[in-house]
Amino acid sequence: MKCRKCGGTAVLELRRHNVAFCAPDFLEFFRRQVNEAVRRHRMFTRDESLLVAVSGGKDSLALWDVLLEEGYSATGLYLDLGIFDYSRESRAKCEAFAAGRGAPLRIVSVEQEVGAAIPEVRAATRRPTCSACGLSKRYLMNKAALEHGFPVVATGHNLDDEAATLFGSVLHWQTEPLARQSPALPSTHPKLVRRVKPLYRLSELETAAYAFLRGIDYIVEECPFAKGATSLLHKDILNRLEDASPGAKHNFLYGFLEKGRAAFEQASPVELNECVRCGQVTTGTLCAFCKLADQVKRSR
Amino acid sequence: MKVILRHPKREMELAGRRRVKELLNELDILPGTVLVIRGSELLTIDAVVGEEDVIELRPVISGGGA
Ligand code: SF4
Ligand SMILES: [Zn+2]
Ligand SMILES: [Zn+2]
Repeated sequence: MKCRKCGGTAVLELRRHNVAFCAPDFLEFFRRQVNEAVRRHRMFTRDESLLVAVSGGKDSLALWDVLLEEGYSATGLYLDLGIFDYSRESRAKCEAFAAGRGAPLRIVSVEQEVGAAIPEVRAATRRPTCSACGLSKRYLMNKAALEHGFPVVATGHNLDDEAATLFGSVLHWQTEPLARQSPALPSTHPKLVRRVKPLYRLSELETAAYAFLRGIDYIVEECPFAKGATSLLHKDILNRLEDASPGAKHNFLYGFLEKGRAAFEQASPVELNECVRCGQVTTGTLCAFCKLADQVKRSR
Repeated sequence: MKVILRHPKREMELAGRRRVKELLNELDILPGTVLVIRGSELLTIDAVVGEEDVIELRPVISGGGA
């Protein structure tokens, strides 16, 4: 296969765009898509300091890399979930990346913040592990950003992640998640920092190819709790659809963002309060994170 | 050729030359769900791989995650 731009040997075919690129032209395409995402959703400006949530996986390290390459001031935030070898290894990948790029990395331990590491949280609650873990991650990202004065948190969610989340929400017509799903969530409260997903225009194949071609040493192994997650089932279904009809995922997600989302947003206005215990934002009185921490305490 | 697969990490030996597309087909892997790696290069589905090659098929799908 030949590169669409220069005619050299292609390293990656992007069927949904009906093109193939050589390595340098693919990297250029990747950066352009990130810049387009940032511009289109006014994610952040050149003079803002960004906090990038990194897991050691391909997406978040690719994101951190591309932001540093583009000249942004980007600090990494690694949340140590305490998930056995997976956490040890992924933390080491983040530390090595930070050291190699001379980029600042902050580390927050879930065990210290929640009162137990994720495997123990898993035993203490009836929630699915990924739901408890995800809620803790969102809370701790926001908290870290607030404490250290970052106006925005960037995460490595890609096109496939977003399409799978959308698919899951649509299957159950979960109107609140549908209202909130966006590449950029503005700060709607002084204690809620902006959240952005600069990779939402890039597929999982593309973020993996970028990480590989940039020589990023990322963790290929998966979190042991990911196995059997419904999001993986949804990704599998969408990948079959994509194989039969390239562009399906892209159209599904972009169509929702352009035409569908606004209707849900209008339908579910939310009232935000401050948690009576920790002061972070919640729709109730005690926030979900504090409730989770209580459950963990009670189970001991 | 030697084929390296992940989740869990394992290896297999295959005889003969073929296109990457055929290799993925045989292994029942959808193109677009793996990086096809030979040394420091990525291969597209029309590339031909032969006896001497070591090919890693690295899944790109990461999961769980909320
Ligand atoms: S797969 Fe689930 S449990 Fe594992 S890190 Fe992701 S959200 Fe947490
Ligand atoms: Zn080229
Ligand atoms: Zn709270």
